[in-house]
Amino acid sequence: MGSIARIEVKDGNPVAALQNFCARLLADSEITAVLAPRQLPGNRGAMPALVAAPEQLHDIDPLAPSFRLNAARMLTRLTRGADDGGLVAALLRPCEVRAFIELCKLNQGSLENTLLVSLDCPGAFSNTDYPRFAANSGDTWSLVQFLGTSGRGTHGGIEIARACCTCEHTTGAEADLSIGLFGQDVEKGLLLMANTPRGEGFMTRLGLPEATDDGSRDKALEALLAERRAAQELMFAETTAATSDMTGLSQFLSACVNCYNCRAACPVCYCKECVFLTDVFEHKPWQYLSWARQRGALKMPTDTVFFHLTRLAHMSTACVGCGQCSNACPNGVPVMELFKTIAAATQKAFEYEAGRDPGEAPPLSVFREREFPELTGGLD
Amino acid sequence: MQELIATLETQSDPLPGAAFEPAIVAFVCNWCTYTAADLAGTSRMVQSPNVRLVRMMCTGMVDPKYIIKALLGGADAVLVSGCHPGDCHYINGNYKARRRVKLLMEILPRFGIDSRRIKLTWVGASEGNEFAATVNRFAAEIKELGPIDTRRLPLL
Repeated sequence: MGSIARIEVKDGNPVAALQNFCARLLADSEITAVLAPRQLPGNRGAMPALVAAPEQLHDIDPLAPSFRLNAARMLTRLTRGADDGGLVAALLRPCEVRAFIELCKLNQGSLENTLLVSLDCPGAFSNTDYPRFAANSGDTWSLVQFLGTSGRGTHGGIEIARACCTCEHTTGAEADLSIGLFGQDVEKGLLLMANTPRGEGFMTRLGLPEATDDGSRDKALEALLAERRAAQELMFAETTAATSDMTGLSQFLSACVNCYNCRAACPVCYCKECVFLTDVFEHKPWQYLSWARQRGALKMPTDTVFFHLTRLAHMSTACVGCGQCSNACPNGVPVMELFKTIAAATQKAFEYEAGRDPGEAPPLSVFREREFPELTGGLD
Repeated sequence: MQELIATLETQSDPLPGAAFEPAIVAFVCNWCTYTAADLAGTSRMVQSPNVRLVRMMCTGMVDPKYIIKALLGGADAVLVSGCHPGDCHYINGNYKARRRVKLLMEILPRFGIDSRRIKLTWVGASEGNEFAATVNRFAAEIKELGPIDTRRLPLL
C-alpha cells in the first residue's frame, strides 16, 4: 500500500479544492500543463482542456457528473512519441485511465510522458441527461449531495448512465495518483493515494499533510462493488437473452443507422482508418441488386450486423466498458450493453483484462506455441 | 470475394425436396493447405464439391471479418486451414490465426451460430489425402447440421 495524503477542502467546496490541487501540480517544475475536465458554457457538461496557465484553472471541474467523451485519446495526442516538452498531468476517470493504458500498449500514447491522476468515480449522467441535472441543481450543494452517495447518484428519477451503474472499476488504482472520495466527507477533505513510484515522488513534492485511511473508504467501496456486480450480472443476463440468435441480434441493433458514432466515440477503436469507411464497402449497384434479388428485400444501409460483429471481434478484448458508444448513439441502440457483455466473455477467454496492467500484452498481439488444443481437435 | 459471395447466394435456394447441399468457404494458406488441395486434385481423390477455396498467402492474414462476412452472406460453414504449428512459411501466422478463431468461437456462438460451423485445421503440403478427408468429413457434418439461419433471415 502506498502512502496517503489529505487534500483539505475549504468552505465545503471540493471542486475548489481540486482546482487548488491542479494549481499545485502546475507549479511543479516538471509539469508543463494539466489536462482536466472543464465546464462548458451553458450547462452543457465538461470537456477536457489542456491548461498551461494557473489563472485558467477556475472552470476546471473534475467532479461534474458529466462524461462527454473519453479523454484517453486526447491524452495520446499529448504523449505519443519521444517528447521533451515536459510532463502533462492528466485528471481522468478510471475508465479513461484504463483506455489510455490500452492505447499505450499499441504505441499510440506513452505512459512515460504523463502523470496520471484518477479519482473514485461517482459516475456520470449521459450526455442527454446531464443538462437537466445542471440546469436544475448544478450548484455545489447538489454536487456534494451527489458525491455523498458514493456512486449511487440520481437526479429527479434519472440515474447515472447504465455503463456507470454496472461499472466495477471505480477507483483508478492503475493511475500514478488517485483521489479518494468514497466514504469521505467531501465537504471537509479528500484522500490522495500514491500507486506508483512516480506517484510517490510527486506526493512527497506536493507537500500535502499525511493522512491515514480509517477504513471507511474500503467499506463504502465494498458495498458499492457488490451492488455494481449484481447490476452487471443482470445486464449480462438480459443482453444474452435478447441476443441469443441472429434474429434477436438484428432486433437489438434495428435502430442503428450506420452512422458509426460508436466507433468514433470508442476510445479503444484503435485503427487509424476503419475498414467500414473505405472503398471495401463502396458496393457496386449490381451487388445491392443481387443481394435484394437473393433475399427478396434488402435493408439499406446494409452491413449493420456485420459492422457491429466486426467491431466486437476487433476491439472487445480492449473494451474498458466506459459506455461512450451508447452515449454517442443518436438512436438509443444499447451498444454498451452488447459490447460489455461480449467483452467480459472474450477477455475471460484470454485471461485478460483491458487496462489492468500496462505490461500485459493485448491477446491478439501474442500467442503461445501450445494453446487452445480444443480448436484443432487436440492437435497442436 | 464479392463474386464468391454472389455465387453462394444465387445457389443457396435448393429445389424443394432436393437434399441440402451446404456451401462451405475455406480460407487456406498458399504454402500448405492449398498445395495439399492441389495434390488431392491431381491425385484424383474424391472430394465433396461443397467447398469453395479462397487461397490466402497465410492463415495469419484471415481477418475475423472475412469469416463473419462469409457466415452472414450465406455460407453454411467456414474452414480455416494452414500449416502445422512450427511449419508456417511466415514463422508464426498460423498461431495468430488460432487466436483469431478462438476469439470468434467466443463471440459468434453467443448469437446462435453453431460453433461446429467454424473449423480450424492444420493440413501440410504433402497431405492430399488428409485434405480430402477433412473436407469430406466437414461437409458431412454440415449436411447433418442443416442450413445456417442467416440464409433465411431478413438480416440487417
